[in-house]
Amino acid sequence: MTGDRLSLVFGALADPIRRAILTRLTEGEATVAELAAPFSVSQPAISKHLKVLENAGLVSRTRRATARLSRLEAGPLREVTTWLARYQQFWDESHERLDDLLTALQAGQEEGPGQQQAAIAKGNDDE
Amino acid sequence: MSKTHITAEPGIPQITITRGFNAPRDLVFRAHIEPELVAQWLGPRDLTLAIDRWEARDGGTWRYVHTDVHGNTYGFHGVFHGNPSPQAIVQTFEFEGAPGHVALQTATFDDRGGSTLVRTVSAFQSVEDRDAMVASGMERGARDSDERLAELLAKLQSS
Repeated sequence: MTGDRLSLVFGALADPIRRAILTRLTEGEATVAELAAPFSVSQPAISKHLKVLENAGLVSRTRRATARLSRLEAGPLREVTTWLARYQQFWDESHERLDDLLTALQAGQEEGPGQQQAAIAKGNDDE
Repeated sequence: MSKTHITAEPGIPQITITRGFNAPRDLVFRAHIEPELVAQWLGPRDLTLAIDRWEARDGGTWRYVHTDVHGNTYGFHGVFHGNPSPQAIVQTFEFEGAPGHVALQTATFDDRGGSTLVRTVSAFQSVEDRDAMVASGMERGARDSDERLAELLAKLQSS
């Protein structure tokens, strides 16, 4: 996914009404009127939101008889979550390790230097 | 203690990471400037970290290399700006796989009465740089994205 595409997806997800529309579409296809029903906004306003979602690749539009239906496209969401998941995992794990280290360092301070492993004892000696 | 929060807003070339630690500010700060301590936590467990330099002073340079289980190496380096203090550690950050794409990283340490909130803001040269950095530096571990998708959808429903 290019940076531009990612920005489009993030931009599309930044609005609560658009998130609500996506949520509704997880239950199945819907018309503009159906999507507008829960909100106090006009159908043209909902159509505008659908356009943004469509540009981001999150929604596709099909026609059944006279009805124009919107459908959720989960692909871009998957790309976004994969993208974020990698970064999140990197920092989650780093911070868990830092937590453990800080706990060990504090235990070492109570006991005095020299009782922890070499690297930690060296840290204490610097004080 | 608390979870790591990562914020990447659309259209703004920044990433903000916040995390609370159940330790005094000075100690959390030390774990960021003493290389033998940094080496013990920076990066996931399945990457080996080798720190070449970590000169935490104004104009000091730093460099480290992450090696994955397949032997792939990822080098990073930069410069410290200003003498690091708990008020701020300011440093540049460059992935050696993409030279010239430099981020400016500022870490602050907020005393929360015995615990410490660490906030790191990375400012990139462009949104594209930010997105590429996140994607390229963290290639491994693209684990179960469907699970993540389910979580996101659940989140969308509750927000």
